[in-house]
This record gives sequence, C-alpha cells and structure tokens, in this order.
Amino acid sequence: MSSVESILILARLTLREAARRRLLWALVGLTALIVVLTWWAFSRISEVSPITGPVQTLGVSQVTVMLAFMFSFVLAMTAVFAGSPAIGPDIENGLLLAMLARPIRRSEVMLGRWLGLAVVLIGYALVAGYLELGAVVLATGYAPADPLTAPLYLAGEALVLLTLAIVLSTRVASVAGGAIAVVGYGLAWMAGVMGGVGDVFNNDVLRWAGTVAKLILPSDVLWLGSAAALTPTDAVLRGGGLAEPDLYKFSPFSGVAPGLPWLAYCVIWVVGAMTLGSFLLRRREL
Amino acid sequence: MTGSTTGSAATLESNAAISTTRLAIETHELRKEFGRIVALAGLTMTVAQGEVFGFLGPNGAGKTTAVKLLLGLSRPTAGGGRVMGAPLGDVPARRRIGYLPELFRYQGWMTAREVLALHCELARLPQVEWAPEIRATLELVGLGDRADWRTETFSKGMQQRLGLAVALLGRPELVVLDEPTSALDPVGRQDVRGIIRVLRNRGTTVFLNSHLLTEVERVCDRVAIVDRGRVVAELSMADLTRERGVSVLVTGLDGGGMEVAARFGPARADGEWLFVDRIPDSAVPELVGELVSLGGAIHAVVPTHQTLEERFLSLLGAAPETSDEDAPVASPEARS
Repeated sequence: MSSVESILILARLTLREAARRRLLWALVGLTALIVVLTWWAFSRISEVSPITGPVQTLGVSQVTVMLAFMFSFVLAMTAVFAGSPAIGPDIENGLLLAMLARPIRRSEVMLGRWLGLAVVLIGYALVAGYLELGAVVLATGYAPADPLTAPLYLAGEALVLLTLAIVLSTRVASVAGGAIAVVGYGLAWMAGVMGGVGDVFNNDVLRWAGTVAKLILPSDVLWLGSAAALTPTDAVLRGGGLAEPDLYKFSPFSGVAPGLPWLAYCVIWVVGAMTLGSFLLRRREL
Repeated sequence: MTGSTTGSAATLESNAAISTTRLAIETHELRKEFGRIVALAGLTMTVAQGEVFGFLGPNGAGKTTAVKLLLGLSRPTAGGGRVMGAPLGDVPARRRIGYLPELFRYQGWMTAREVLALHCELARLPQVEWAPEIRATLELVGLGDRADWRTETFSKGMQQRLGLAVALLGRPELVVLDEPTSALDPVGRQDVRGIIRVLRNRGTTVFLNSHLLTEVERVCDRVAIVDRGRVVAELSMADLTRERGVSVLVTGLDGGGMEVAARFGPARADGEWLFVDRIPDSAVPELVGELVSLGGAIHAVVPTHQTLEERFLSLLGAAPETSDEDAPVASPEARS
C-alpha cells in the first residue's frame, strides 16, 4: 500500500468521524448563526450610530477587523481542540494498536489525521470567513482592501495551530497538549503585538522579541496578514479624518502582509513540525 | 520452538522437525528494556507455520512486550528476528498477519461492519471481497446479527469478539491473539477454542498469548513458558500427555503400598490415594495386582498425566495445590 493511499484512508476516516460525531454539523450550524448575527449587528450600526458617512465607514472597518480577530480566536480554539486528542488518546485506549498492526506506518496515521482535520478547518475558515465578510458588505456596503485574501490567512493560522496541537498529541496527554497549544497561541499573539510596537517605535529589542516569537510559532504572522488584508483603503481612512493614512500603523487593528519569505517559512515550519511529530510518534512506546 | 531451557527428548525431536519446516516466527536473543526495567531479557524461539503455539507466563513476564516486538509495534533494544520470513517491523509483511491486542478498542461511532470494512481497506483486501469476507467473519465470531450495531453499544465480550473478527479478516497466515478470552464468558471461551481449531484446520499459524492455562492446554500444539523475560521451558502438549501416571484409591494397606508403588515409578501418597508417575499403561494391572496381593482393597484406578498448570507452577517454583477432591481429576486425561 502506498503512503498516499494510507494517508487518504486515515484522512477519510477522520472526516467521517467529524461528520458522525457531529463536529461538521456543529460548525455548519454555528457558522449560519454567526453569519446571521453579523448581518443583523452590522445592519443595526447605521440605525443606532449617531455618526454617519465616511466616519461611520471607518468605524465599520474597525469593527470588521475586530470581528476577524474574534473569528481567528474561535478558529484557533477549534484547531487546538480538534488536534490535541488526535493521536494520544487513540494510543492510550488501544485503538491504534489494531490499526498499526496493519501495513501502515505511524507517520501515515499522523499525516492522515492531520489532513482530515485540516480539510475540516480550512473548509470552516473559508466558508465562514467569506460568508461573514459577505454579510458585512451586504449590511453596510463596506468592503475592506482585500476581502478575498483575509480568510486564507485565517485558514493558514488555524493550520499552524492544528499542526502544533497534533505534534503535541504524539507525546503529551490531550488536556496538557491543548493547554500548551492555547498558551503558545496567546504568547505568540502577544509577542506579535510587542514586535509591532517595536516596529512603530523603532525599538530593536521589541522587534527582535516579536521576530523570535514568530519563528517559534508563526501563527501571528498569518493573523497580521489577515489584519493587513482587512485594512481600510486610503480613501476610507482619509474620509474618516485620518489625513495621513500611514498613521494607521499605530492602530492596534493594523497588520502587515507577511511577504513571500514569511509565507515560505510558515510552510517550512508546518513541514518541520510534522517531521518532528512523526519522529516523536515513531519513538513512542505503544 | 527452541528456548533457553531444553525439554524432553521428544521435544528435541520436535525441534529438529521444526528446523526443517517453514517458520512463521523466529527470534534470536530479543531484548527489550524500558529504562532500567528489563521487560524481555533475551527471547529465542521459533514457531513453525501451521502450528498453534501457546505463549505462557505470569503477569509481568514480558508476554505482551514480546507480541508487540513481533508485530513491529515496539522496537527491540537488542536482538532480532523474522516474522513470516520478513524482519521484525516489516510493514508489507503485516498484510499476512492478524492481531487481537490485549487492550482492544474500536471506533465507537462505527458499526461492526464499518470497523471491519476499515480493516479490509487497511489490509488492502480487494474491495469485491469485503462484503462476503465481513459477513463470514462476523458469523464465525458470533456477531452476525450485530453487524450494524455501533460498537460503542457492545459489551466488553462483544468487543473482544469484534477484535477477534478484525484479527481473522482476510484469512491471515499468522494470527496473534493476546489474551483473546479475557473478557469472555465460558460460552465465549468455548467459541474461541472452536475458532482456533478452525484456524488450525485451515493451516493458519496461531500465536496464543495467555495466562489461562486450561485454554492453552486444550488448543495448543506446543507452548513456551516465559518468566522474567526469558523462556524457562518449552514443551509440546504431546510430551505432556505422554508423561502418564496413575492414581489409586486403596485401603487396607496402612501405608504399606508405597514400597510396591515406588517400584513402578516416582510415587507419593496422600491419605488413601497413591500416585505413581511415569508408569506405562501396560504396567498398571500389575501394580493393581500387587497391591491386591498385599491385602489392599482397590476403590478406584484413575489414569493421570501432569497438567500444564502443574508443570507451569513447578517451573515457576510454586507448589501446585492438591486436595483429596481434586487430586485425581486435576489431570484431565484428554484434551477437549
């Protein structure tokens, strides 16, 4: 059996499990609910806000970024909670023993689990992300600078955290692994904020701290990419009273598109982490 | 099997025969350490193809560790071996092996049929064979009418039957069963014995890891006994049953029969019972005649042989329990 076949068998199994255990349906239901709520809430802004015109549009743009940040948090938690029990519990309860006695390698089991959960997460991130941004456009008429790219970055961020959680699950109990991944995500985000402050105030120490954190866990690289994609256009910023649009970089809702080297690093990080996870799983006593 | 301790001449003969047959399992000084703990101290053995082989030992003897090493689920610290002609851990060779783990659990959200279909896929059986193979295997283990039940609704015994079905799927050439009756009731245990006999008739090699000696005694051709990570003995069940004895319930001799009995073989007395080991069947009437000629009244003559349990306990340095009630019947004459 080729490796690809084995990985696909495990990926299909993971997808079936997600459907059968109602994870998929829960995500579909919650997405529908959130999209409707988003549309309703943004529709109400123009009704309840005393501010109108371009200033209101700037306000909408900032609420949109905030909404994306909350969605990225939900995605991160979904990735961690889906990934942290992916391997360890199956070893502990004996489920993997019978499977690994078949002609399948441990690394293929891990890759298959990762692929199945990645499909679920990416699908959720893209469908929910585009629907929410669509709801904002529909309710307010406002569209951010690059609405098509933002959900892609969010999906990438979820993928990084899923990878971290699955790698941890090869060696650490699911509760501990989940907690470590959540703390790691929070620290990476905070370090990213510090790095941003370092950039703004030209402080090398803060800038380097942010860079090191991104190298260790590049989830914030992708969040900042999403924030950059959701940055209001210069016209919206000027219309909202910001005479010099460059000053927007001081906003906590601003972001920086990661650029190709950082995107390549994210891919390398995922591949490297999965290689490490595969090594750890291979060395684990069953 | 060749172990660190040799058995009788008959066992040596059977080992010589095995050396000329194809081997399902062979290991050489297989060793496994977990930190400072030595789980397996150097396992050397062979199992011929088509043999039903019992692997016995007390808890913590290293039996399950040995099974995991054979299946490539664990890596040896030292030593090596081959299973179905391939080195330990060889992935393609696993297509020819079925395995029921001691700690068994299957996807609770799947039905029994779906679990077996998954394993058909993992074992790379042709898809056209899945349905008939699954149906036949579920029937064999007694789950034919539960095929579409979710496995999370199964009792532990039913889960173990399902595990057995998973192990038998695709008619593997080697079936490794790790404590296959631990969750089963007496009816289930009898069913498993029947299944093992079916496998033997098919020519399948069965590696049965168990601490239930009566189970092993009833179905195995040969056994290895392990203790503290080493094989301490090997014997064929034929050897065991060949070493016959006799128990005689005799009164009226006031202990005078011992001298006579000792002439026929190693003898001991327990109350009014006289036990004589290694006495040929043909000599039993002569023994009885001499006891009668001494004035003894014979109430019962029971042929016996040493049970696996007795041999097991003597090898591990634990005295077998005896009582007036079970002494003669603790040695069943024939395997069921």
